[in-house]
Amino acid sequence: MRKRLNIPLRQVAPSLRSVLLAQGIPDTHTTHTRHVQMAEQAIALYGSLALPEGVLAEIASEEFAAIYEGEGKNERPAPLEQIYPLCHGLALFAVTVGEPVCREITRLFAQNEFALGSMLDAAASEGTELAATFAEKTHVQHLKDRGEMLVDSGYLRFSPGYCGWDLGAQKRLFEVLQPQEIGITLNPSLLMQPLKSISGVFIVGPTTIFAFEDTYTFCNDCDTHSCRDRLKMVVEQR
Amino acid sequence: MDILERLSESLRIGDPEGVARLTKEAIEAGCEPQIILNHGLIAGMTIIGDKFRTHEIFLPDVLLAAKAMYAGMDVLRPILLRDDIPTLGKVVIGTVQGDLHDIGKNLVGIMLKGAGFEVIDLGHDVSPERFVGEAQRIGAAIIGMSALLTTTMQNMSKVIDLAQQRGLRPQTKIVIGGAPVSSDYARQIGADAYCFDCISAVDCAKRLVGV
Repeated sequence: MRKRLNIPLRQVAPSLRSVLLAQGIPDTHTTHTRHVQMAEQAIALYGSLALPEGVLAEIASEEFAAIYEGEGKNERPAPLEQIYPLCHGLALFAVTVGEPVCREITRLFAQNEFALGSMLDAAASEGTELAATFAEKTHVQHLKDRGEMLVDSGYLRFSPGYCGWDLGAQKRLFEVLQPQEIGITLNPSLLMQPLKSISGVFIVGPTTIFAFEDTYTFCNDCDTHSCRDRLKMVVEQR
Repeated sequence: MDILERLSESLRIGDPEGVARLTKEAIEAGCEPQIILNHGLIAGMTIIGDKFRTHEIFLPDVLLAAKAMYAGMDVLRPILLRDDIPTLGKVVIGTVQGDLHDIGKNLVGIMLKGAGFEVIDLGHDVSPERFVGEAQRIGAAIIGMSALLTTTMQNMSKVIDLAQQRGLRPQTKIVIGGAPVSSDYARQIGADAYCFDCISAVDCAKRLVGV
């Protein structure tokens, strides 16, 4: 199954809270009116410019093995190499919120509108994450519709460039998935354009296969350790 | 309240029109341009930095103040250039080769300019040759590099190696920043410092040039 996703704008609308948090403004703070007004302006601007799209393609484990291997530069051991052979469903994905919003961020900074530019950047980053979540849920729904989402199953996504999966995998991932159809291209450094894009793989399987701890060598270089929250969510998906 | 205090306050509340107007008024009143810069604009940004550090204000407030600072600098710059008034130093900044993420690097550039440095922003996907070549050409005091990916941060050490080969080290200082890097990584690759945000970058740059 390969599917192009026209993602509804309402599905990728960032919350005011997420934009303010990305600017370092905590929930506990009594938010200044001008912060709120600017965040609302950034969200409205994002809404007028975002062109969310995605593409999704199921893939067999054997075929994914070649994509995962990439240019042979993955860290070893790494969580993904231990998880995917045990899963019962894999799907490649790529999503973007489009080029116009990225151009507007650049334009705002060039015009010295730094605060609005920074908030628009935060809104677009959150929107891209929400686009990936929408694609993931779409995939899970396909599986449910086909009766292939088993009891005690969970799902998790990984992207090249993170968690020990070398960015070199992007080449083969793009050859197979062809996200160029929705305007996502790779530059010579294997980074995606538009910049606000995410690619990777969705993995569905028994929740037990996703259990790992962030104690790999490369975890020392990770600033977010967001896997902890992601793994908690896998358990909640049951 | 004297005009420089009003200028500093106008900057702190992020009022670019007010800052431009008060900068012109200060010039017309016969204030030395360097005094306007140091005791009006930079003084305002220093207070902004202090308040940010103590969480009294947040990033949007800093960026609104920076926009106001730029409005004042637009008025002042021609006079500073005419009078050949030196900056705190030249800083070459960029996102390393292979990396397109430049918001963090942009914020650092904005704050360094606000602190009185001359900033040459090479943009993103900058090769080691370009970092070092430009630093050599202009006599940069500092090279600032940013990376957002673990895969691209490795290119930082290539810049340091090339700077060493070209005889720029240790006099040209090297500062790194970005989500995947750390103080440990800076030490490991031989950088002079790691900065975790745009305010700490200013403190760090001042320390490295001995201000």
